[in-house]
Amino acid sequence: MTEIFGIPVAVILGQLMLGLVNGSFYALLSLGLAVIFGLMGVVNFAHGAFYALGAFAALLGLQRFGVNYWAALVLAPLMVGILGIVLERLFLRRLYKLDPLYGLLMTFGLALVVEGFLHQLFGASGQSYPVPDALAGALNLGFMILPIYRAWVIVVSVVVCFGTWFVIERTRLGATLRAAKENAPLLQAFGVNVPLLVAATYGGGVALAALAGVLSAPVVLVSSQMGDSLVIVVFAVVVIGGMGSILGSIVSGLVLGIVEGFTKVIYPEASNIVVFVIMALVLILRPAGLFGRE
Amino acid sequence: MLDARTPLLAVKDLQAWYGESHILHGATFDVRESEVVTLLGRNGAGKTTTLKSIMGMVGRRTGSVRFEGNELIDRSSDQIARAGIALCPEERGIFASLNVEENLLLPPVIRPGGLSLERIFDLFPNLKERLGASQGTKLSGGEQQMLAIGRILRTGARLLLLDEPTEGLAPVIIQQIGKTIRALKEQGFTILLVEQNFRFAATVADRYYVMENGRIIDQFATVELDANLEKLHDYLGV
Ligand SMILES: Nc1ncnc2c1ncn2[C@@H]1O[C@H](COP(=O)(O)OP(=O)(O)OP(=O)(O)O)[C@@H](O)[C@H]1O
Ligand SMILES: [Mg+2]
Repeated sequence: MTEIFGIPVAVILGQLMLGLVNGSFYALLSLGLAVIFGLMGVVNFAHGAFYALGAFAALLGLQRFGVNYWAALVLAPLMVGILGIVLERLFLRRLYKLDPLYGLLMTFGLALVVEGFLHQLFGASGQSYPVPDALAGALNLGFMILPIYRAWVIVVSVVVCFGTWFVIERTRLGATLRAAKENAPLLQAFGVNVPLLVAATYGGGVALAALAGVLSAPVVLVSSQMGDSLVIVVFAVVVIGGMGSILGSIVSGLVLGIVEGFTKVIYPEASNIVVFVIMALVLILRPAGLFGRE
Repeated sequence: MLDARTPLLAVKDLQAWYGESHILHGATFDVRESEVVTLLGRNGAGKTTTLKSIMGMVGRRTGSVRFEGNELIDRSSDQIARAGIALCPEERGIFASLNVEENLLLPPVIRPGGLSLERIFDLFPNLKERLGASQGTKLSGGEQQMLAIGRILRTGARLLLLDEPTEGLAPVIIQQIGKTIRALKEQGFTILLVEQNFRFAATVADRYYVMENGRIIDQFATVELDANLEKLHDYLGV
């Protein structure tokens, strides 16, 4: 078998593929954070909790109401998105005029409440969600056996991420969002209900987190804490991509997943910290992030 | 229906604040249907603040702003826009993150009766040629001003608030904007214009109000302009 630096190529490609699967989750989550931060200037610490909530909504739907995976893929983000809109209207909107720290503390508090609620309802041990029949089985890529479900995760993430990018950069709705980011008072004076737009954007951002949660349910243990460690990496991804940069969050999410996978092959001990090392370097060399302006 | 004597816009005792600073101290004036009314005044007199207060864009305001007989003082700025008033702001307010076409199509149509894109391009032929430009702010100053005026003509708003549309522009462009304002008046638009350049204002306006320290201190019609010239020089410090 061919080898690079004494490591079989198949192993390297296999890890890169798994890295790409992780990167798909990073991209979806950091995209939601970037959308929210870009328009609202809020660092959404509740993102991991909404991710968990998405996974639990799917789980609960399946166990109690017989809602299958495909319906959950649509319904869970929808419900979590609506919850996000309600929470924005109730709490977050009161904080925009204050120091950004308040938004951060509020969303951190929301995260604790949501996670505590999930913990109370479902207990501490993780639960598993079955892979849907249509996506069971594996593909033989030659260099590795790739479970079909993981390939599906990559496809959905890439389609949803670039779809979101397209909407924001290339449509009338996206132009309105960009205008709101640039000069909200003037946009509102043109007759656009900006507060509603902001609430809907928060809902959309957390719906992306919930979608990532549903997607992850069949490949991780569903637990109230499932978002915690993930979201820390995702915050680093957002900083690397450039706070609020849509394309930056997507590309860095996918690329950093691959970088992590590659690190697992050549120096496994560093795989958990490589993203943070890159973040530190980016902050030193290009504080606005790789895709950030200024 | 409004009776003929009710002004389209009636502003009474308008007061406005930015945070703690009290800027407007009771401005009272009105604008009748199909008029071009100009608000004159020195730097810092409160002209821009008056337009922003009408649009609901200042921190706090009191008094009365009636448009088509409806009180707007307690409405949010999007509701005020939807009542039929549109603002072309000071410094034009072109969005850098939007291309020219996106800038032009950004303000939502609030009711029927707005100009079609063809009519807007008739008024501003340059705009049509620059439609493909990637960034609204890459246009020249004059083109940006035409874009800023053009985009509010589509919406069906009847009252246009124009804040110093000639500022910093070359004489030929100023002439074109003057021509446009007269054409818009003919098409039934009502215009409240803020200007420091009263020689320009004299080519388009029916009436003038003079503002100082957040109050209206004088008013006269275009026919009375010559008789008031000396006073006006005094007010404006020219
Ligand atoms: N955002 C703001 N916050 C606090 N004070 C402001 C603000 N905007 C304007 N002012 C103050 O309000 C007063 C009136 O300003 P305004 O912009 O309305 O004047 P103006 O008549 O439009 O002047 P110009 O001819 O220079 O445009 C000025 O003293 C100005 O310093
Ligand atoms: Mg001004």
